[in-house]
Amino acid sequence: MTKLKPWISLGGIGVFAFLLLGVAPLVLTDHWINNLGKYCCWAIVAVGIGLAWGRGGMLVMGQGVFFALGAYAMAMHLTLETAGDRIPGFMVLYDPLAPLPAFWEPFRSAGFTLLAIVLLPVIVSGILGYALFKRRVKGAYFAILSQALAVALATLISSTIRQTGGDTGLSDFKYFFGFVLNDPANKLLVYLIAAGLLVVCLLAVWQLYRSRFGELLVATRDAEERVRFLGYDPANVKLVAFVASALMASIGGAMFVPIVGIITPAEIGAAASILMIAGVALGGRASLFGPALGAMAVGWGQSSLGSTWPDGWTYILGLLFIVVILFLPNGLSSLPARFAAARRSPAPPPPTPAAAAAELEGVRS
Amino acid sequence: MTDASLIVTDLHVEFSGFVAVGGVSFDAHPGEVRFLIGPNGAGKTTCIDAITGLSRATGSARLGDRELLGTPVHKIVRLGIGRTFQTASVFDELTVLQNLDIAAGRHRPWTSLLRTRRGVDPSIERALEETGLTAELATPAGILSHGQKQWLEIAMLLVQDAKVLLLDEPVAGMSQDERTATGELLQRIAAKRIVLVVEHDMDFMRRFATRVTVLHQGKVLSQGTVAEVQADPKVQEVYLGTAGAATTAAMAVVPETVAAMHQPEEN
Repeated sequence: MTKLKPWISLGGIGVFAFLLLGVAPLVLTDHWINNLGKYCCWAIVAVGIGLAWGRGGMLVMGQGVFFALGAYAMAMHLTLETAGDRIPGFMVLYDPLAPLPAFWEPFRSAGFTLLAIVLLPVIVSGILGYALFKRRVKGAYFAILSQALAVALATLISSTIRQTGGDTGLSDFKYFFGFVLNDPANKLLVYLIAAGLLVVCLLAVWQLYRSRFGELLVATRDAEERVRFLGYDPANVKLVAFVASALMASIGGAMFVPIVGIITPAEIGAAASILMIAGVALGGRASLFGPALGAMAVGWGQSSLGSTWPDGWTYILGLLFIVVILFLPNGLSSLPARFAAARRSPAPPPPTPAAAAAELEGVRS
Repeated sequence: MTDASLIVTDLHVEFSGFVAVGGVSFDAHPGEVRFLIGPNGAGKTTCIDAITGLSRATGSARLGDRELLGTPVHKIVRLGIGRTFQTASVFDELTVLQNLDIAAGRHRPWTSLLRTRRGVDPSIERALEETGLTAELATPAGILSHGQKQWLEIAMLLVQDAKVLLLDEPVAGMSQDERTATGELLQRIAAKRIVLVVEHDMDFMRRFATRVTVLHQGKVLSQGTVAEVQADPKVQEVYLGTAGAATTAAMAVVPETVAAMHQPEEN
């Protein structure tokens, strides 16, 4: 069974890929394909959060930062591509003679943009993670710090309206690396890229989880000091997982832009960052599929219920979060195992309050 | 393995003004089971913490010609110094094999981390046999018995190829049979390694110690073989409580200690 298990997961990824890449384009309308693409972007971020939080124990509450790096890099390129030789429209609005800010210039190049989407989050998370993990910052302090960074970046973007578009964000993209974005065929292509990247991310964490690194990461999460006394530097182990999760957040952000057509600070700030976590907690942070499916479910709820019944949706999401943390600390993906356990032993002892409190603590830290 | 000895000279550890260890010197050599005993608060664990880099200390702790004080924890480990903790700390969610595999990992290139484990390392098989855990290979460490967890920790030190094993109360909470098995295990592995045991348990110490250092209030009270230490009036004083520092745990072993003094040593 233990020998078979990773291959069952691989089969699961295969089925998932078939549904996303094969079945969905045939049965869904353009509108829903676009929505599904958006959920895929959040799912890519969620897979990274599952790696850092579920397996690595780092509660990354500020993935919006890395999401923003990828999203704004892509959005700047698409804005410049749309504007052609002229200055982007929103800049002209404030000052018709304003030159293009220097940091925009390199994003004219498609190659530079793609490189930036990959390298920017790696560099930023590398420096940040190195500084934090070497100083042994962890638990709530790490969570608060990462959250604060997301808030700070959102505020920075809001306040630099002339350079970044501010609260209005960047939008009205006409082209995507030469393809006309209005064309449904090209929209499908963008969706397929996002879905394909999600499958690639799942494959990457699948291999990571079954590798020795995956075991070491879980060991670091559960007993960091013990790992240190086995001759490893736990900071390096956590750093790898953190950087990988930042990279995934950036990729998710980059694909979000052509699919949704707009990026604003609201998509990267505190609330957005927490929403990214919510899906992961719902699905099961330590499992392979839990984070991705949870994020897609929350995304679906957000765009269907969130638009028809916005007030109620917030309560439903909050309630869902509480119920999952109290009764299913390992998320919905732990349900099958629970049912199996319940069938083996008909009357499982109810969890003691102390155990439930400990589990809650585990989710929080 | 190595002929290098662990030599601790004039070790001082202070916690914001409180002197936990004040000038302790001792040495440990391969081939002996070295015991560090003393009442609660004597500074035994603090000595180990200082040697392994967990607590800041002054003085000197050398393995061969390498100074350990001031070296980062994971680098001290790479010099071949392994330790266990008072509470067994194994990776509960991982199996016995995964626990040992991680312990064996520091000898592998980092690229092997990205691959999946194939087969069982010979060093892991030897350690499993040595500690009697072969049957528990696929068991999650979290559901092992308390004694088995302690053995797993020792097995982890063995696959880590530690030259120095610093064991903090390895038999706490064990049954009599488990204690005997642990003591015999320590004597076996000490043949080629330095084994330093911090213990409260006098009976266990008497049965398995080669040499003993008695600590009291952060200082060395007495040093020597079991018989020498037990005959030392200063040790008797501390354990009889006249010094005013004896703990209830130490008091409990007083009859044994006194009785043992009148018995010829078993070995």
